[in-house]
Amino acid sequence: MKEAVTLGEHIVEIVSDSGEGAQRCGQSLGAIAAKSGNGVWTVEIIPAEIQPPARSIAGASGNRVRLGARRVTNGGDQADLVVAFNEQVLLGRVQAEELRPGATILLEGRWRNDRDPLVASAYAETYDELVGLGYRVLEIPMERECLKLVPDPRRGKNMFVLGMLCGIYSLDLELAREQVAITFGKKDAKVIATNVKLLEAGFAWAEENLDFKYRIPAVRATEPQVVMNGNTALALGILASGMEICAMYPITPATSASHYLSEVFERVGGIVHQAEDEIAACAFAIGASYAGKVAVTITSGPGYSLKQEGIGLAAMAEIPLVVVDVQRGGPSTGLPTKAEQGDLLAVLFGTHGDAPKVVYAVSGIEDCFYAMITARKIAETFNMVVVVLSDASLATAQQPFPRPVFSEDWLAAPVDQTPVPPGARPYDWDASTGLVRRFIPGQPGGMHTVTGLAHDRESHVAYDPQSNEDGLRHRSLKLAALQKTLRCPPVFGAAEGDLLVVGWGSSKGAIEEAVEGLRAEGHRVSALHLGFIQPMPSGIGDILRRFGKVMTVESSWADRPAEDPIVDADNRRYSALAMLLRSRYLVDVDCWTEARGRPITPGSVRSAILGALAREAVPA
Amino acid sequence: MTMEVTRCLLQASDERHELGDYEQGVPRWCNGCGDNGILTTMQRLCRDNDLAPERTVFVSGIGCSSRLPHYMHTYGFHGTHGRALPIAEGVKMARPDLTVFVSTGDGDCLSIGAAHWIHALRYNMDLTVLLHDNRIYGLTKKQASPTSPLGTKSNTTPQGSYLEALNPLTVTLGVANVSFVAQAVDWIPELLYDILTAAYRHRGLSFVRIVQRCPEFMPGFFDPWMQDPRRTLILRHASGLTLSPAIAKTYTNQLEHDPSDIHRAREIASDEEPIPVGILYRDDDVPCYEDVRHAGAVRTAEQVRRGLAAELDRFTIWPDGAER
Ligand SMILES: Cc1ncc(C[n+]2csc(CCOP(=O)(O)OP(=O)(O)O)c2C)c(N)n1
Ligand code: SF4
Ligand SMILES: [Mg+2]
Repeated sequence: MKEAVTLGEHIVEIVSDSGEGAQRCGQSLGAIAAKSGNGVWTVEIIPAEIQPPARSIAGASGNRVRLGARRVTNGGDQADLVVAFNEQVLLGRVQAEELRPGATILLEGRWRNDRDPLVASAYAETYDELVGLGYRVLEIPMERECLKLVPDPRRGKNMFVLGMLCGIYSLDLELAREQVAITFGKKDAKVIATNVKLLEAGFAWAEENLDFKYRIPAVRATEPQVVMNGNTALALGILASGMEICAMYPITPATSASHYLSEVFERVGGIVHQAEDEIAACAFAIGASYAGKVAVTITSGPGYSLKQEGIGLAAMAEIPLVVVDVQRGGPSTGLPTKAEQGDLLAVLFGTHGDAPKVVYAVSGIEDCFYAMITARKIAETFNMVVVVLSDASLATAQQPFPRPVFSEDWLAAPVDQTPVPPGARPYDWDASTGLVRRFIPGQPGGMHTVTGLAHDRESHVAYDPQSNEDGLRHRSLKLAALQKTLRCPPVFGAAEGDLLVVGWGSSKGAIEEAVEGLRAEGHRVSALHLGFIQPMPSGIGDILRRFGKVMTVESSWADRPAEDPIVDADNRRYSALAMLLRSRYLVDVDCWTEARGRPITPGSVRSAILGALAREAVPA
Repeated sequence: MTMEVTRCLLQASDERHELGDYEQGVPRWCNGCGDNGILTTMQRLCRDNDLAPERTVFVSGIGCSSRLPHYMHTYGFHGTHGRALPIAEGVKMARPDLTVFVSTGDGDCLSIGAAHWIHALRYNMDLTVLLHDNRIYGLTKKQASPTSPLGTKSNTTPQGSYLEALNPLTVTLGVANVSFVAQAVDWIPELLYDILTAAYRHRGLSFVRIVQRCPEFMPGFFDPWMQDPRRTLILRHASGLTLSPAIAKTYTNQLEHDPSDIHRAREIASDEEPIPVGILYRDDDVPCYEDVRHAGAVRTAEQVRRGLAAELDRFTIWPDGAER
């Protein structure tokens, strides 16, 4: 028996052609490790095309699983161990610099003797190249071993690999067997039995043939945990929030939330309506909200652009609405499957005229769930549009969090059908908060026509200057009223220092990990992460002013004065959050951004911070 | 559109409405605008069917015609240009108990909202749709619309419009799930009323194209039809329109047409001269999308709690010995 080396954390990737089951293998590994009490974050590796050619560099499909002794909040930097079903998909990961120098690679070795001489030589060449680059490449006869158990090894390989990985990480084989049963739960017992055999074979093979073994200390949770990805959490949050109608049009990377919701919503009396386009989806949700309980529409950037006119209508007529934008790379069709935070300004200011709306950005998987409940409540209380921003990286990332305990408070009250008091008007705005009680069809005495045209308190079309400003003022006041109720997010690290890093959305885990590391090395850096971006809670300005420098970290494009000489103080285009902070707080906020279509990593934040600390003054 | 018998009875016994109960404000349409007659017809229809004003919703897009909800003392939703139909669908899906009417113009429905028009027909929700077709853009002051006849001089086509007009009836009759199609003209109020009543009583999406005068921008355009009754072809049938003696005497150009015959309906729709008026097509058996989707089902907190728990179970890692 070899000795298991104890590790604080490890990053493993499993990559294959799409359809070979590497994703299922990675997700199962994540679940087993989570059950064992390890911290886990899984990231899907998705090819850009539905059916990329087999054995192609662009076709890598699979999963990254980051395992830790502590809670893991992001996918980390570079992989320590990679299992690849062929050398081409592996090459894709190497070229994308996703492997740590010297990383261990477990590579399917059957290609070396492939009948096609071109394949065999491509394999041999790549193998030599990788060895030359210093990786530790072990050729594994995966298919040959599987053939001993099943006639078509391509279909069972992933469970063999899962077994190998359970062996490598000293995970409990019994837990793994249970997970296989869950994974194939819908299939018959024979399928499960076959896959368990493959799992056991992989486990045994690793024990006998590999000269290394790891153990990542685990603390078993005492409370039930759930493991799911961000889009599943969003969908379950919608279900739990008491919303009953979701109107959508398919768009990556938002669709999987609607897929899952379609599967479960009807069982609780909900309806997912696939509209003819996003304009219709938004209008449908607005109509449903208007006549009953708050409805939701789910989309991504291009669809969000189409919804903008409808969002303005909802803002103007004060019809509550929840909009989910799972951001992808833009502009235009951009990077459909990849992450970016490029929609913030479009969401804040996108529709024409002054259309105040609430914008909240989720920063983790658990947040995806609870954000929907909060969004529904705010939309209803304030008769406002609430936009929830997620992104492609959270959409598919998985992380365990405490199992939510349902509360009836999460649900919407029944639709008000009581008579409207005599004399009450549909827009009797409260003078200090702008709040108003909405009249819903079915309420006797409340008859009026809502309109996107300027209107007075009776909801009559009114173009006079007083009525116009009256409406604008009260719709705007609602944001101030909400702002008074928001708590300022906590500073991560010390309350003052040399540098404050400000982020929003999915980058939270990576930023805080980088900051934690640098603080341990003695750097005076802290982080602040925003959930509500509109309105911004009180107290942020004070926090910013307690630091020598402030810099946002965002996944989007912003000008880089150090790289492009034509960029100067007069023309520099800042990232969205930096621009907002500069204008609101009159603080000199710098920004660091990247738009590489991947989640921001702790390593890149670390170098950005070190760069900012080293710079004398913030270059303008 | 129909409603449950019990509610009909309830309303018939409980409430008696006057025309005034449905009137709101003073219409701002031009003198002689066909929208005025459409409005009063709808008010009569509401009164005669004793529609509870608080359970009735008029949805519209943007255009002269889309102002109609403002003049109805019911609930109303004056939306954005082209989007009346999806808004109305959302209303109906959330609240199948409400009676929903849609007013939309030829630009609103057939141009900017064309995608929604086609799909609304397919959804076949229980909506009564009034296409106010004046064959021009009124509100934006005279631009060619999809139904403007070839050669129409307008502000964007000063030399005459370049394209053949679109026929909304033939297109509508070509869409899967279409369940009620009729044509009316604003200047024969009696038939307009009868046709809209039949549309209201039909359960499913009733599409009524109303040929509507716009004296402001299409002055005199419909005069030849108004002046010569033979240029109107009245469709009659025991299960469609039955004509009063006065109408039958004036409009002698009549055709016996069975509204269940879609092929004949398509032929009739293709002939624009004389103008066919009446019910072209009706099929009471097309399923309504809101029924297919079980809209309006009662939902309890307990149901949500159980549904959520069942789903969370799929993702839960139970610590050893934890309560389940
Ligand atoms: C998105 C958008 N585009 C354009 C307009 C301007 N607009 C308002 S009504 C209208 C056309 C109205 O014509 P129609 O639908 O035939 O209605 P009518 O006024 O003739 O009753 C246009 C182009 C608008 N309000 N919104
Ligand atoms: S412009 Fe034409 S459609 Fe508009 S109100 Fe005047 S007559 Fe009616
Ligand atoms: Mg028109």
